[in-house]
Amino acid sequence: MKDLKVNLSGWELDNPIIPASGTFGFGYEFAELYDINILGSFSFKGTTKDPRFGNPTPRIAECNMGMINSVGLQNPGVEKVISEELPKMRKVFNKKVVANVSGFSVDEYVYTCEKIDKEPDVGIIEVNISCPNVHNGGMAFGTSCENAAAVTKAVKAVTTKPVYIKLSPNVTDIVSIAKACEEAGADGISMINTLLGMRVDLRTKKPVVANKMGGFSGSAILPVALRMVYQVYEAVNIPIIGMGGVSCAEDVIEMMLCGATAVQVGAANLVNPYACRDIIEDLPRVMEKYKIEKLSDIIGGAH
Amino acid sequence: MTKGIYTILENRALTPDVYLMRLAGDTSALTNPGQFINIALDGFYLRRPISVCDYNDREITIIYKVVGRGTEKMKSMTEGQTLDVLCGLGNGFDTAKCGDKPVVVGGGVGVPPMYGLAKALIAQGKEVTAILGFNTASELFYKEEFEALGCKVIVTTVDGSEGTKGFVTNALPEIEYTDYSACGPEPMLKALYNATDKKGQLSFEERMGCGFGACMGCSCKTIYGNKRICKEGPVLVSDEILWEK
Repeated sequence: MKDLKVNLSGWELDNPIIPASGTFGFGYEFAELYDINILGSFSFKGTTKDPRFGNPTPRIAECNMGMINSVGLQNPGVEKVISEELPKMRKVFNKKVVANVSGFSVDEYVYTCEKIDKEPDVGIIEVNISCPNVHNGGMAFGTSCENAAAVTKAVKAVTTKPVYIKLSPNVTDIVSIAKACEEAGADGISMINTLLGMRVDLRTKKPVVANKMGGFSGSAILPVALRMVYQVYEAVNIPIIGMGGVSCAEDVIEMMLCGATAVQVGAANLVNPYACRDIIEDLPRVMEKYKIEKLSDIIGGAH
Repeated sequence: MTKGIYTILENRALTPDVYLMRLAGDTSALTNPGQFINIALDGFYLRRPISVCDYNDREITIIYKVVGRGTEKMKSMTEGQTLDVLCGLGNGFDTAKCGDKPVVVGGGVGVPPMYGLAKALIAQGKEVTAILGFNTASELFYKEEFEALGCKVIVTTVDGSEGTKGFVTNALPEIEYTDYSACGPEPMLKALYNATDKKGQLSFEERMGCGFGACMGCSCKTIYGNKRICKEGPVLVSDEILWEK
């Protein structure tokens, strides 16, 4: 019997697989397809203080081995997430969830995190300071050490649950930003968000997505994510939730060897709605193949 | 929604750009005409959403236009090859919302889902008129098939090379109808909406990520709040539409 358990800041997960925010809604579309309680957990749709429709459409562009999205944090706002979405989610998911929070000012992050922190269904708070699809906020907090530390410190001051900061790869030095978050009190790092990218439609000769640019994700970005997780693992002493292009059990092992304690799966869910189930079912076979008995033993093993 | 492997029974050209493909596999998730399937293709990251033209308990007919590299690949596929398909996506048309004399309107590659709807309406004993709009006569397909169902068929072409000259809306004054259902380019849908006071069901197209409601890639605003074209759509009723573009 293979041991798939991992531990995030004292929270024990049955396995490291966590569907990434924005690719899994609040779970119920997927609960119609399979029992989502097999997941380690899942990270719910990025939630902001106020309701947001998001960006104009088209919001999606295909790429080789990946895709671009410019959804722009469409969500019903934290009040409705707590009063409507979480009770619905509770009916199909009996584990704790990762609460993904975004904002446009430090005050907004504080407001939303303080509310979310009181929810018993929330295991950890994942603070997204890296959304590439919104102006005047989102990624702006994730591209400087000072801003990243300011959000971290402010959120930590009003919360009791572990706070993981979700970092942007669209920076010159992700290691210094991770360290700034750790010094400001972050309990963990979640990385990487999407890479800023674009496509042009040859017929219209204009950008495919209405917002011109969007977040590039999918299998193509795995090597970038692995490299960044590897670098950050060397620099910080807090757990890392690794993500970016993970689509199979082998990718999960690779991500953990680079230093991830848990692994999120994003775009793969959109292409194969059973991606996370398939990965979880396949992990014991791949562990056997590579002579791994206990998954948590391999964290950072590539160093 | 179901996910399964489907076997190609037939893949043939109806016009130089438009192909008909028949697929054998599980059709249990299909409940209404106007729903769509989402097809995975080797070498392409995202699936191709294609509307269902017709189906029975063991096979699906789709008609698709070759517009890019993905559909270019689809057209080269042959009988016996298999495809990974998500089946039974979207809401489709609600025949209960149609009156005794419905008109179904298809524009170009928006024609196929109207065939399934016309078939369902005829089976309910309704008197169906079909308006099929194309740019030019060489793009015309499926006229005989609609006629074989028992529909009154009116073809319109923009250049007048076949049927009524002009757009599908030019054919409206010729007919008596209780309500309309339509699929086609958004300018056509909007023109129809503006050309009549009758109620309608309109099927919209949008670039999709997943096709099953997870990614919020195809959201639109309606008077009832935000909807996902892939999940609460692609069919919206005329009363709820907010024309933004």
